[in-house]
Amino acid sequence: MAYDYRPFPYAPPPGLTAPEPRHPVLIVGAGPIGLAMALELANHGVRSVVVDDNDVVSVGSRAICWSKRSLEIFARLGIAERCLEKGVTWKVGRTFHRDREVFNFDLLPEDGHRMPAFINLQQYYVEQYLAEAAIAHPLIDLRFKNRVTALSQSDHVRAEIGTPDGPYRLEAEYLLACDGARSPIRGLMGLDFKGELFEERFLIADIEMEADFPPERHFWFEPTFHPGQSALLHKQPDNIYRIDLQLGWDADPEAERQPDRVIPRIERVVGHSDFRLDWVSVYTFQCRRLDQFVHDRVIFVGDSAHVVSPFGARGGNGGMQDVDNLGWKLAAVLAGGPETLLESYDRERQHGADENIANSTRATRFMTPEDGAERVFRDAVLRLAGKAAFARAWVNSGRLSRPCTYPGLGPDADLPVGAAPGMVAPDAPVAEGWLQDQLRGWTLLAFNHDAPDVGLPVLHPTGDNARARYQGDAANALYLIRPDQVVAARWITATAAEVTTALSHHKEGRPWP
Amino acid sequence: MALNTLPNLPDHDGFYAALLAAHKGLTAEESAALNAELILILANHIGDRAVLDAALTLAGQR
Repeated sequence: MAYDYRPFPYAPPPGLTAPEPRHPVLIVGAGPIGLAMALELANHGVRSVVVDDNDVVSVGSRAICWSKRSLEIFARLGIAERCLEKGVTWKVGRTFHRDREVFNFDLLPEDGHRMPAFINLQQYYVEQYLAEAAIAHPLIDLRFKNRVTALSQSDHVRAEIGTPDGPYRLEAEYLLACDGARSPIRGLMGLDFKGELFEERFLIADIEMEADFPPERHFWFEPTFHPGQSALLHKQPDNIYRIDLQLGWDADPEAERQPDRVIPRIERVVGHSDFRLDWVSVYTFQCRRLDQFVHDRVIFVGDSAHVVSPFGARGGNGGMQDVDNLGWKLAAVLAGGPETLLESYDRERQHGADENIANSTRATRFMTPEDGAERVFRDAVLRLAGKAAFARAWVNSGRLSRPCTYPGLGPDADLPVGAAPGMVAPDAPVAEGWLQDQLRGWTLLAFNHDAPDVGLPVLHPTGDNARARYQGDAANALYLIRPDQVVAARWITATAAEVTTALSHHKEGRPWP
Repeated sequence: MALNTLPNLPDHDGFYAALLAAHKGLTAEESAALNAELILILANHIGDRAVLDAALTLAGQR
């Protein structure tokens, strides 16, 4: 069933008739990142205006794989249930060379986690759910068909905005550029990406068909149905399947997106012609980012700040982690907190982007090796995968997105490795439901440890999962958790003074020690 | 563990001959493919990044 694209209503903004008061935050772009940003800020009590030059959700499936961490963030934004209900949950990935399976992974759900490793859900559904939540939220003013045409900044940001009824001006304390890989804001500011552009083209198609393909990720190197190239098949809701086909750099993108070229290619993948073409695009890879994400009062979030190749699901998910990181920090700064917190956003998310770019670059290089040594080694790995177990894990069709571990957090102690400072605090079932639901601001988690009185809520999680993930074999454990559910510091035992020192350090966004 | 650059392989002359024999009659392209597989197999067997990095550096010295 094809998605029913319904335009969101446009209303003439108040600024057309009278100057508007200065807004705390202007978000540019009502895609998944901009909308999530608005909802996350609203969770912290911050008002925002969101402008978008368009009035419909994304055309085509685009970002389809939403990771466990994104789903945890969606839970906070109030859309996780809808996403889980609609999305296709999957955990098995199979990689083929020619017609033989060479590698598979099973992202077995660990006991005691609410969210699966991944769901597939077309970006337009995620945008729809986020937009509906944003429209319903009293702190969010969502304005479609509003395009930023000029901007300048001093101790605040001024933006000229065009609408169907003419131009107006908006002022805001901060502008968040969530306007995607081609970011017009980046262009207006004369900023450019640095990094690698891969000389490769992929055809991407959504098709609708009745089929019994399992909900698995299938990736082929040099399949017989598409000789010498690679291919990816993913199942989405509504009987929509996503197919990515490598075309080579010489392919003519305009000709390749024509149905008379696309349909025969798809027929060879699925083995029949009983399908409907829903959406087609041709793309090239980039693994690039801005030098800095924070430019005084203009802050870049998501694809406007960094872009990766799609294999590994690191675009949309990486952007959600930007949102997660920035929300509480910007809210604190707007409430009078130190601006060094924004430097920590820049530092930490550059680290995250670099990790995503490194992983994506490696996968892309494996998929599309240059002639010479790159191809010789790639082909050697594929051949070896058929005869030696170790090489199967070397076959790289994309290492799937996990949140990075932020450096510079601490202090640390000899406690379980999966809950180290800089990592997302692992979820666990607790008496009240789920642990992550209790982590909505600075929080202490105490295990067989007195609650130090530092003015923070203290939780004493019970249950085997929580104990195993946080305390392990230690006699005691104490954790300081940030509002984005990242472990800031941990101790076997600590005094109130030690906790206060770490807390004030992290509240200024300074690297530890 | 550090990269061992002292004599370590008994009957190295025999291995050298076996290596040449494995390449006998191969085109340059086939030889390159064989070498690539060998490197990957040996790297996995060594299983120590520091040793491999030292080997990469030594091999790259001109």
